[in-house]
Amino acid sequence: MRANRSLEIGTGLFVLLGLAALLFLSMQLPANGLKFGFTKTAGYPVTAQFDNIGSLKVGAPVRMAGVRIGAVTRIDFDTNTERAKVWLSINPRFNQIPMDSSASIDTEGLLGGQYISISPGGMPTYLKAGSQIIQTQSALVLENLINKFFATTANKSASQSSGGGTKEPQK
Amino acid sequence: MTDSQTATPQGASDAVIDVRDVHYAIDGRPIFSGLDIVARRGLITAVMGPSGTGKTTLLRLITGQIDADSGLVSVFGRDVGTLRRPQLYAMRQRMGMLFQNGALLTDIDVFENVAFPVREHTDLPEPLIRKLVLTKLEAVGLRGAAHLMPGELSGGMARRVALARAIVMDPEVLIYDEPFVGLDPISLGVILRLVKQMNDALKITSVVVSHDVQEISSIADYSYLLSEGRVVASGTPAELARSDSPTVRQFMTGGAEGPVRFHYPAADYAAELMESPR
Amino acid sequence: MSAASKAGVTELLRKTGLTGLFFVRLLGACIPALARPKLIIAQIYNAGARSLIIIMLSGLFTGMVLGLQGYDLLNRFGATEALGTAAAMALLKELGPVLTALLFAGRAGTALTSEIGLMRATDQLTAMEVMAVDPMRYVAAPRFLGGLIAVPLLTAVFNLIGLYGAQLIGVQLLGVDHGTFWSQTQSAVALKDVTEGIVKSIVFGAVVSLIAVNEGYHAEPTAEGVGLATTRTVVASSVMTLLLDYILTAAFM
Ligand SMILES: Nc1ncnc2c1ncn2[C@@H]1O[C@H](COP(=O)(O)OP(=O)(O)O)[C@@H](O)[C@H]1O
Ligand SMILES: [Mg+2]
Repeated sequence: MRANRSLEIGTGLFVLLGLAALLFLSMQLPANGLKFGFTKTAGYPVTAQFDNIGSLKVGAPVRMAGVRIGAVTRIDFDTNTERAKVWLSINPRFNQIPMDSSASIDTEGLLGGQYISISPGGMPTYLKAGSQIIQTQSALVLENLINKFFATTANKSASQSSGGGTKEPQK
Repeated sequence: MTDSQTATPQGASDAVIDVRDVHYAIDGRPIFSGLDIVARRGLITAVMGPSGTGKTTLLRLITGQIDADSGLVSVFGRDVGTLRRPQLYAMRQRMGMLFQNGALLTDIDVFENVAFPVREHTDLPEPLIRKLVLTKLEAVGLRGAAHLMPGELSGGMARRVALARAIVMDPEVLIYDEPFVGLDPISLGVILRLVKQMNDALKITSVVVSHDVQEISSIADYSYLLSEGRVVASGTPAELARSDSPTVRQFMTGGAEGPVRFHYPAADYAAELMESPR
Repeated sequence: MSAASKAGVTELLRKTGLTGLFFVRLLGACIPALARPKLIIAQIYNAGARSLIIIMLSGLFTGMVLGLQGYDLLNRFGATEALGTAAAMALLKELGPVLTALLFAGRAGTALTSEIGLMRATDQLTAMEVMAVDPMRYVAAPRFLGGLIAVPLLTAVFNLIGLYGAQLIGVQLLGVDHGTFWSQTQSAVALKDVTEGIVKSIVFGAVVSLIAVNEGYHAEPTAEGVGLATTRTVVASSVMTLLLDYILTAAFM
């Protein structure tokens, strides 16, 4: 039965397509869904450690002078240093980023998401696959800022305390 | 369960279908008021009557699609009204029915239509089903049309396919609802001969519902004439033809004037014409 | 209350009751119908695979509109990064299930009603009855199950393509960052949001299929009767979908 066969194949295709869409929506899309972890990585990997990453998410952009040069591919907690470890994937076109460049976590707009901003250093050696960015600056957590602001005004302490993040050379 | 095979007024033990004193109303409008009909084994029983007298309704009662308000409808000696669904389905498997317009399933071809009851009710292997279906299609002269879809058939062909489907399970009883309506003379002759053949060759008990008096009289063994919810005359076609009852005469000759009203019940003609509009 | 509106309410109650009873009979017929997967597959094809094109096109355009409108609105707050989130939430929880159900009612529901209605009008259902084949089992149940299975799958396809459409406009055309779009979406969408949409689509699939099959099954066996039944399928499906959408949304809050 020819007609029957093509009907069954058509139905099979439809069901597979629908199930694939369903699986993607329920597993890949939500943050708490089961991830297969096949984020596209067409760049070279670089790591950086932060005291506090705020609400940085996998997929967030990596920018240099505002230009997108890569994305966050993985976030984990490093039990040795007790800091957040972030894996970045940098587009191979940008292969001359000085080794001593620094990374900071900034916020886009008022309500926007967070991204990693890289400020170039001056060394003649460049970041390559597996390099670590040493100089980092943590995320500015808005609540902390506000709390500190109120705490200081309440104490009527004259000098203004520093904000959320400080430059913190490592090692 | 009532055993209908004893003490039937009309009698005999060879009654396959026995309808006794049946009353049935639709929305309070009586369709049958005391109907008595018997179909005997191996005979062709004709049920005649003008359109709208309830001939199709009678067949619905016999096949257990509806239940009588009172009275007895018994088939194969069992009261249809008391049958539970599995028993009813078992009974229907022993019957075949030919619908007025064939009622073929439109989404499958002729072969599959005839094979349908076999596939649904048996686990026969495919070659056997094929043989069975082709035999029945050959019997109605349509083996060559096996691959056609129902939409590609003429009215007469569709009815012959439906007949093949009705006999594919070798039923003991065949019921025909207006098998001659809307057919050209040749198709009509073919169907008429097929009905007769089925009855003779397969010893099938047949009930033919029709208002085509001439055609059905030529093959019926016994006829009933229905009017206004009851049997107004019965007998062999020859007996009915000789009858001098005005009702029978009117129906057999097709007159508008007579005991069977041509007019739908209405207020007095003259009075209504004079009435001022509401 | 006037006599006419009283009669209307009574009639509505009666119809609801009849549909409810039919639903119970239908569920009863679904159990044995499951043993005939071929019949169900044919109906998944009819109801689902053949609705795929219209669902994909509608999903794409819905998503593209969401991209434009969402961008325009979010831009006023300088929060265009949230475009992916806005589009995903709107699609997953509301637009996907509801629009798919409405489109399904128009494309497949009407086809189901007129098909079954014509089977009724041409005595095919009665013929099955007399051949000792239960049309509830052979005709109604496979079509109901086919719709029930097809609608959630169609909804998922609609959502995914819609999201792609929003991304197409937001990222490719209006310049929202690709990574931000997806990372923001992923961080904001919870599994619960996805489940809410899936539950809705299953309920809508059941209701629309039930209405379509019921209207066809009980259509007056004339050409006019089948036409009217088809219209009733669209009207009743749409109203019930939107009504249930409100109820389900409230229940998920
Ligand atoms: N479902 C129904 N609802 C209302 N009236 C019906 C229904 N079925 C049949 N009738 C009425 O019952 C009468 C008998 O119908 P039917 O048995 O089809 O007659 P026949 O087959 O002899 O032409 C007709 O007057 C018809 O209008
Ligand atoms: Mg009739």
